[in-house]
Amino acid sequence: MKLVTAVIKPYQLDAVKEALHALGVAGLTVSEVQGYGRQKGHTEVYRGAEYTVEFLPKIRVEVVTDEIDVDKVVDAIVTAARTGKIGDGKVWVTPVEEVIRVRTGERGLDAL
Amino acid sequence: MPLADPPVLDTGNTAWLLASSALVLLMTPGLAFFYGGLNRSKSVLNMMMMSFSCIGLVSVLWLAYGFSFAFGTNSNANVNNVIGSWTQYLGNKTFATELWGTTGIPTYVVLAFQMMFAIITVALISGAISDRAKFSGWLLFAFGWFTIVYVPVAHSIWGGGWIGAHLGALDFAGGTAVHINAGSAALGLALVLGKRVGWKGGFKPHNVPFVALGAGLLWFGWFGFNAGSELTADNLTALAFVNTQVATAAGFLGWIIVEWLRRNGRPTMVGGSSGAVAGLVAITPACAYIAPYAATLLGLVAGAVCALAVSVKYKLGFDDSLDVVGVHFTGGWIGSLWIGLFGSGAISSYVKHDGLFYGGGVNQLGRQALASGLVSVFSFSVAWLIGTAIEKTIGFRATQEVEVDGIDVAEHAESAYEFAPTGGGGGGAFAMAGVGAPKPSTPAPAEEPVSEKVAG
Repeated sequence: MKLVTAVIKPYQLDAVKEALHALGVAGLTVSEVQGYGRQKGHTEVYRGAEYTVEFLPKIRVEVVTDEIDVDKVVDAIVTAARTGKIGDGKVWVTPVEEVIRVRTGERGLDAL
Repeated sequence: MPLADPPVLDTGNTAWLLASSALVLLMTPGLAFFYGGLNRSKSVLNMMMMSFSCIGLVSVLWLAYGFSFAFGTNSNANVNNVIGSWTQYLGNKTFATELWGTTGIPTYVVLAFQMMFAIITVALISGAISDRAKFSGWLLFAFGWFTIVYVPVAHSIWGGGWIGAHLGALDFAGGTAVHINAGSAALGLALVLGKRVGWKGGFKPHNVPFVALGAGLLWFGWFGFNAGSELTADNLTALAFVNTQVATAAGFLGWIIVEWLRRNGRPTMVGGSSGAVAGLVAITPACAYIAPYAATLLGLVAGAVCALAVSVKYKLGFDDSLDVVGVHFTGGWIGSLWIGLFGSGAISSYVKHDGLFYGGGVNQLGRQALASGLVSVFSFSVAWLIGTAIEKTIGFRATQEVEVDGIDVAEHAESAYEFAPTGGGGGGAFAMAGVGAPKPSTPAPAEEPVSEKVAG
């Protein structure tokens, strides 16, 4: 099993969610995060004093998936999250040793 | 020659001044929002408490002795140059049927109107010391500065004392008595308390809509402040009202024009609000002495100059947190001097010496400068002395640990915002530690590095 983690622009969340839903992904986890990549932050000015906002609001999407499906999931996210502008985000994949469904105690692929 | 009729109560004048008094009271809660929004979220309640506590404290002091000392007449003419009566209107007396001069307004209404001025003048100072003052220190300062500075200065300018009666300087609604006075004290206190932990050029305002709300309330209440200062309802009341509106509007424009002209500049809500306040401050002393076109120019100049003046603290390296000096001191001076430039006896019977642009030379300009200079030096010095005395005795500045965690919890045991699901207050550990907080990129003044470590 694999954990697919994507950090995306907040506005792209709906598109990513729809794309994953269309693939049949049963569930996902989102969280609000802050960070920056190559686009860096932005500048705000109050009473003549400039403030650099270094960390921009982003959304982290996490999906645990069967290894067979991982490329489809990654492609769906990348396609849906892409605007072509700097700051679109990153997707990465990590191995997952075990998954347990809390309600039933099912393990592995059955728990997805 | 028949004797003049004794004054009778004038219902129109009385109604106007009662309404004006309530308008001026509203300015102090407005100030609390204006300052509170400009402040950081972890000490917004302390900021607002410093304003609201002035309503509590100064109202009582004003009734007890403030009005008598400021607006009573001392039987000794020499003493009356400096301070009013020790007894005439003390709080243990009642004078329910007395009318104020020839206005036909009960003395109690004048007492109430002037009470609101004293409240907001003291409250204005608090903007210079946000985030770092012990509340007990602030209350003691408010008591001391009100008694030693505000009351004699108000007497000297409005109560029959030297500046108004002998120097002949004009100050219709408080450019010198309120704004220069409070702005000078603010500078003194900012120097006593020193810079906040991590100060390198200010901190980002935490709630800009509060700033706009506060500016709006101030603007609304200021009609009572300025037009009410005529006491009666007449032609000059109308002039003061119109001048207040156009100067404030122009102040708004002046500030955002300066912002827009900067490289990559944008007009901002904080800037527009600040410009409106700068316009209000500047028109205050001059509102019944100049023509509306001159009031418009005044607002434009005050908005633009104050927009530049707020950056002075970065160069000089003092932490006047919310720009009381940059806006109130600067704006008050501009407005005071404007009387010496555009004041006209043809416009206002109060003006005895026409301004420079009305052929009167620098006569009135000199009187204005002297009055404003005297009050600046006096208020700055005494505020510094009182502040230092408090710091050396009961302590004025909060500890670094309290300052970093937010002074709201330490001083008042409450927090402004409850967003965290765990009920840990609105701040959050990241906000407290300053993790991810926007950092000012304005060139910082050369200074010794301030350690941000707390509690060992």
